[in-house]
Amino acid sequence: MEFVVISLLNGITYGLLLFMLSSGLTLIFSMMGILNFAHASFYMLGAYFAYQISTWVGFWPGLLVAPLLVGAVGAAVERYGLRRAHRFGHVAELLFTFGLAFLVEEIVHLIWGKVAVDYRIPLELDGTLFTLFDTSFPIYKGFMMLVSVGMLVALYMLLTRTRIGLIIQAALTKPDMVEALGHNVPRIFMLVFGGGTALAGLAGVIGGNAFVTEPGMAAAVGSIVFVVVVVGGLGSLTGAFVASLLIGCIQTFSVAMTLSITDVFALIGVALPEGSQVARLTITQLAPVLPYVLMVAILIFRPRGLMGARES
Amino acid sequence: MKSSFVKRLTLAASLMLIGGSAAAQVKIAYIDPLSGPFANVGDGGLKGFKEAAEILVNQKGGIMGQKLEFVGFDNKGSPQESQIQLKAAIDQGFRFITQGNGSGAAHSLIDAVNKWNARNPDKTVLFFNYAAVDPTLTNEKCSFWHFRFDANTDMKMEAITSFMENDKKIKKVFIIGQDYAHGHQVARAAKEMLARKRKDIKIVGEDLHPIGRVKDFAPYVAKIKASGADTVITGNWGNDLSLLVKAAKDAGLKTRFFTYYAGGLGTPQAMGASGENQVLQLTEWHMNVPTKSTEKFALDFNKKYPGLYFYYLRVNTMTEMVAKAMNTAKSTDPKAVALALEDMRFPAENGEVWMRKSDHQLMQPLFISVFSKQDGKTVKHDSEGTGYGWKTLASISQRDSQLPTSCIMERP
Amino acid sequence: MSSIFSRGRLLLWGACLVVAIALPLVFKSGFMLSLLCQIGIMVVFALSYNMLLGQTGLLSFGHAVYYGLGAFITMHTLNLIGKDGSPLVVALLPLVGGLAGMLAGVVLGYVTTKKAGTTFAMISLGIGELVAACALMFPGFFGGEGGVSGNRVIAKQAFLGFTWGPQVEMYGLIVAWAFLATVAMFALTQTPLGRMANAVRDNPERAEFVGYDTQRVRYLMLILSGLFAGIAGGLTALNYEIVTAETLNAHTSGVVLLMTFVGGIGFFYGPIIGAILISVMQIVIGGMTHAWLLYFGLFFLFMVLMAPGGIASVITVQHKLWQAGLLGRMLPHYLATALPVLVLLAGLVGLIEMGYALLAGEGVGAGDTATKVMGMQLQLNAPEPWAAALATAALGLLLTRWIGGRTRVAWNAALAALHGDKA
Repeated sequence: MEFVVISLLNGITYGLLLFMLSSGLTLIFSMMGILNFAHASFYMLGAYFAYQISTWVGFWPGLLVAPLLVGAVGAAVERYGLRRAHRFGHVAELLFTFGLAFLVEEIVHLIWGKVAVDYRIPLELDGTLFTLFDTSFPIYKGFMMLVSVGMLVALYMLLTRTRIGLIIQAALTKPDMVEALGHNVPRIFMLVFGGGTALAGLAGVIGGNAFVTEPGMAAAVGSIVFVVVVVGGLGSLTGAFVASLLIGCIQTFSVAMTLSITDVFALIGVALPEGSQVARLTITQLAPVLPYVLMVAILIFRPRGLMGARES
Repeated sequence: MKSSFVKRLTLAASLMLIGGSAAAQVKIAYIDPLSGPFANVGDGGLKGFKEAAEILVNQKGGIMGQKLEFVGFDNKGSPQESQIQLKAAIDQGFRFITQGNGSGAAHSLIDAVNKWNARNPDKTVLFFNYAAVDPTLTNEKCSFWHFRFDANTDMKMEAITSFMENDKKIKKVFIIGQDYAHGHQVARAAKEMLARKRKDIKIVGEDLHPIGRVKDFAPYVAKIKASGADTVITGNWGNDLSLLVKAAKDAGLKTRFFTYYAGGLGTPQAMGASGENQVLQLTEWHMNVPTKSTEKFALDFNKKYPGLYFYYLRVNTMTEMVAKAMNTAKSTDPKAVALALEDMRFPAENGEVWMRKSDHQLMQPLFISVFSKQDGKTVKHDSEGTGYGWKTLASISQRDSQLPTSCIMERP
Repeated sequence: MSSIFSRGRLLLWGACLVVAIALPLVFKSGFMLSLLCQIGIMVVFALSYNMLLGQTGLLSFGHAVYYGLGAFITMHTLNLIGKDGSPLVVALLPLVGGLAGMLAGVVLGYVTTKKAGTTFAMISLGIGELVAACALMFPGFFGGEGGVSGNRVIAKQAFLGFTWGPQVEMYGLIVAWAFLATVAMFALTQTPLGRMANAVRDNPERAEFVGYDTQRVRYLMLILSGLFAGIAGGLTALNYEIVTAETLNAHTSGVVLLMTFVGGIGFFYGPIIGAILISVMQIVIGGMTHAWLLYFGLFFLFMVLMAPGGIASVITVQHKLWQAGLLGRMLPHYLATALPVLVLLAGLVGLIEMGYALLAGEGVGAGDTATKVMGMQLQLNAPEPWAAALATAALGLLLTRWIGGRTRVAWNAALAALHGDKA
């Protein structure tokens, strides 16, 4: 019981972190149809900007300024790079972000070096929030969850309750019609891209010190965010939210399981040959690759994702 | 675009010519990642070698009057690229190479060197390995043309378990590691050796996770906690180690962590305060092991290269031993140098070391230390500017870290 | 269809083969030979990738899976043969790799090719991640960190004088396979299947309408592409005599994508150019400067934004201009543009190199105070070199924009004339 509760808590925490990382990507993906491979790079930039700002004026100003800076960088990238690549089609667009991810990592190496930087959790948030069955729950994790849920609510309100949100919604299903109605779609695109990257930046500000701020951090989360977006379904913020929680919990609980593949097959009445390497694998070992299994399965059986509005 | 490319190509060609013509030195090719994600590790090693060659060899008369020089070759961490760089080094007249980061590249190089030497007996090449710790390199795959200057995984585990043997407080051990060769070897060695030395210790759990993919170690920590372990053994390095330690601190897990790689190359910085008194490491040396001259060497090094921290004592040991072997053999022929290195006993800064002839594995003293607050006394120096440094708990002599080898060496 | 092997084409192919065979006579060093071998392998790999991306319109992020599996199976077969085989068997081993790649294509392709477009891209990404993760989990087959190694010289007696021991013999083998594979892949583009693949890429609905099963076409193309990727993998296994898990990870998939795209996906010979260029850049420029990854990234972005058709498209346009007798008109403009571009590049390279030296030292971590750029010794703590480099770059930029503008006018006129001729 104790273990289940703690695992559930861990799963939800991790899921909310994933949502924070992928909400911006969902926005960009659904609106512009761009698989932004550089999304995680903006997450990394957020962490590094926040680190830099925190060395000058502290954490709290960084929390506000760093995402805005990242958003500005994102908007500039859209305006001067993506927009041009867009003319050459989706593949060129995608490859542009692919190359951008590469470049951002190298520039981060150059400016901040190749080892982790000392980006710390602010003192106000360092400590234990509550203790559950002898396992402590840090304040900072609570803070992360709060921000993540806040992001969901704010985005939801923005998309459903504001004018720009309605235009974005409309552009999702009928882009040509929106254009025909006289909306400046390129400018909306720039705003959406800037906004999406700013969200990634915010995730970086908060994730950077909870984990480790180092040049490999973008590559480490690069593909998992795609899994969330694809599983959740294109264009569905709620889908991304549900997928995040689902993946968070799947991963946490599978770590907790000590069953081996042999045991699993035994449950369904199939006996595997003893001693083979496959048979000895445990669910725990497989835990971190399960999201990819889930993604492939979803794409095969339900290509629009859990709650997607349309296919690809 | 095209003209600039031609320009670069000619530049490359001319650089190669220059590289080939400067031959009045003894040169060692350093084949390790100098760009990409592991460049910091490779770069730190290269700077260490250059500094060691300058201060420990060249300022003391060099090698038969010639200067010793280390030249970097960027293998980008890839086994295939290592072979291309080996060819480049051979073309430029290098007869000695050194490598350390990644056993994959080491395996690739040991194979390539063996084949090259068999096919070109007049132009043999000798391989000094300063950090690749896969035990097979000095066991099943041992080679006359390969010398290892770092203790291998099994020797390190032997030292760790010897320490655990005497600590009766340890009752329950949890093993966690990265799911690849190194992690598997650590887990296997830990189980075997503990079963031999302390039958009463229970292994309460064993987990492998994919390397570099786990963002949040909280579920693993929850599992360790649920298992009731008092001690964790891990071969993790880099972020997989820092994140594990951080997650343990967040959840209030109070076990001790026995590690291989907590001491350098950014990990202390990333762990920060969360590792205090909980993280132990096994190394051949750390800043708070008293030495004759390495303390000064290290401080000078750190000052000269801001952002880098002197970490590999074995780099110095290796440089000095190689120079000594060349001076004794009065030759820079790889075979003569190899013969002179065999069975060499050398007073290194961490104590006497011995290059075993049967498998070309260096036997050296090892130290177990714990991450503690800098106090100016036993913890005189901190690690990577964190305010925490390493406090020696135990030292294992060269003799006690020896393990038998299964090497059957083909000698030329 | 009769012109598949027209005289001009035969001449061109023959010339390429002669050059490939003659290269080792010119570049005798072991390093150049290794580089040439790497290029040969990459040419096959990139061409196989373009069967998906260029010909069928399938963007894959996991092509290394087929390449890597081919390499592993080849290596295991080589080790199985042991001492009993003959060099002839070794020479045929890449075919085993090819069959392995093909089999992987049959199994995985069944799942991945059900959909095209983004869905395909994402499935290939997922499967690539899965296979790469498995490679580390099963050290029995994939050899763990050390990989699987073998010895391609398996017998004392030679086959027609070949033992494949010396690198130059291996190069010969690679050239032979690469040439065969290239011819086969080219021939495939001319078959009905190859044509249908193009139709499926351009207009799947109409292809369906005409009565072709698009899913089936995609599936077949993926299987065949797996075959050739597997052959390339088999060649790597023989060439390096070691295969590690990284041959099938995302990095390798990324590199082949870069090569193919930079070379040009719209032309059969594009990937060949890309494979040569990127291999040379990686190895030669990588040996010259630690900033090579940055140059690499910048170059790639430049290509995406300025020449999305790849280098092959640039060449093809020049060729058309030449045929129309318009190239002579453009040449002075090219030369005039080259000068300011060179100035701009010199300035940029200077800035980047100085930046690297200052911020990263010789690699990382240490601020050097002096560095050598293009033969000049520069003091980094003084403002002059920075100002000079900045001024050079700015001057280059201004001149490029000015002269480039005029070149563009001339260019548009030439293009108009070209298309006018056609009409």
